[in-house]
Amino acid sequence: MRIVCPYCGERDAEEFVYRGDASPVRPEGEDGMLDYVYSRENLAGRIREHWYHASGCRNWIVVERDTRTHEIFDVVLAKGAAS
Amino acid sequence: MRYSIFTLAKNAISGHRNWKPQWRDTPPKDGYDIVLVGGGGHGLATAYYLASRFGITNIAVVERGWIGGGNAGRNTTIIRSNYLHHGNEAFYELSMKLWEGLEQELNYNVMVSQRGVLNLYHSDAQRDAFARRGNAMIMHGAGAELLDSDGVRRLAPFLDFKNARFPIEGGLYHARGGTARHDAVVWGYARAASGLGVDIVQNCEVTGFLRDAGGAVTGVKTNRGSIAADKVGMCVAGNTSIVAGLARLRLPIESHVLQAFVTEGLKPVIPRVITFGAGHFYVSQSDKGGLVFGGDIDGYNTYAQRGNMPVVEDVCQGGMAIMPMIGKARVLRSWGGTVDMSMDGSPIIDATGIDGLYLNGGWCYGGFKATPASGLAFAHLLATQRSHDTATGFRLDRFERGAMLDEKGMGAQPNLH
Repeated sequence: MRIVCPYCGERDAEEFVYRGDASPVRPEGEDGMLDYVYSRENLAGRIREHWYHASGCRNWIVVERDTRTHEIFDVVLAKGAAS
Repeated sequence: MRYSIFTLAKNAISGHRNWKPQWRDTPPKDGYDIVLVGGGGHGLATAYYLASRFGITNIAVVERGWIGGGNAGRNTTIIRSNYLHHGNEAFYELSMKLWEGLEQELNYNVMVSQRGVLNLYHSDAQRDAFARRGNAMIMHGAGAELLDSDGVRRLAPFLDFKNARFPIEGGLYHARGGTARHDAVVWGYARAASGLGVDIVQNCEVTGFLRDAGGAVTGVKTNRGSIAADKVGMCVAGNTSIVAGLARLRLPIESHVLQAFVTEGLKPVIPRVITFGAGHFYVSQSDKGGLVFGGDIDGYNTYAQRGNMPVVEDVCQGGMAIMPMIGKARVLRSWGGTVDMSMDGSPIIDATGIDGLYLNGGWCYGGFKATPASGLAFAHLLATQRSHDTATGFRLDRFERGAMLDEKGMGAQPNLH
């Protein structure tokens, strides 16, 4: 798997650290915190997920990827990306 | 037919042309007391224990492909009872005791080989942690022995004891651990369950749940028609979120890939199961002679049943670091299995909050060893509505209660377990 970092260009996935599904949004208060921390859609198909370019520019990025095929459709910087 | 030396002799005389199928492959009936989704080791073991221990035989096991074609056919066959935490070790020790009597109970050779499991340590801190783990194991009756480097040398003289980064200072030896034949476990449980009246329905994919007006699950919709059931149990680890999603359940599970590898057949070189946790590598040698080995999960969500090169490299580097002699063995095959990574690294055996729907999943990368106890505990839950004494730590609401069973102390990050 190779990821095209918006800052560094195409790199081996080994340079990146995986964080997971980008869709959960941290709630303001306690309500919904359980769901935010633990529950996941865990979809088979296209998901948007957070990766961290640890061995590169150290940017957080949002990768749109198909969990059935590992095909990557889109990569953007997480900063400013729609959640 | 009960297998014995006499049935073997009888069939030998007739040229082995009259052996009967070991279990019945049946079409689904209209309804059952219990439908189990998933014909792997866990689903079939659950059916067997429901029939044998709880007298419930009006059961179907529905499987979308062929039995044992999922993770039951993709694991590295290790059985062990070497957990630390209170909520875990009693359960895995129950599983080990069931393994020890399984062949007699099922009248089937599942090739349980208690060749021993050796976990290596490389530092004082790791030795202390293993001493603590060993004590927990001893207190649960599993037995454990803390070895120094000379002790390890006697068991496995071929290791690189003077490795520059991870010199081997000793190991925790779990003599009752070992391996079992994964396919035979599936077939043995299928045969025993089928013999007690359980229907095994293959090529039958669940596409939805039947619900009554109150929302309770009353059966399953499948590609072979609807099947009514008083209770439905899911044993579909790897795809738990998908099947549970058909009932709109969101679970603390992510699906990840775990890769495994096997070399060409060699003469016996690796005694026991040896784990090099610090280097993400473990290995045993199959009865055919292949070195069966693996390491960590890839670490990203996937259902693809295949992994990527970084983990291949990492696992092989770990093997070369700790036992350089295997460097000339050629890797014959590698594969990946989709595993349910739960948020605390421990399984879930519980009711779901939806009447009639029960969950057995979240086995992470360790479901095979748990097969007998998982089946027994899930059968206990389905039959009595109460958790088995050894599985009370596996409740689904533990995340809400703050009672996570976090064996590795990693927190809610599945790719770190």
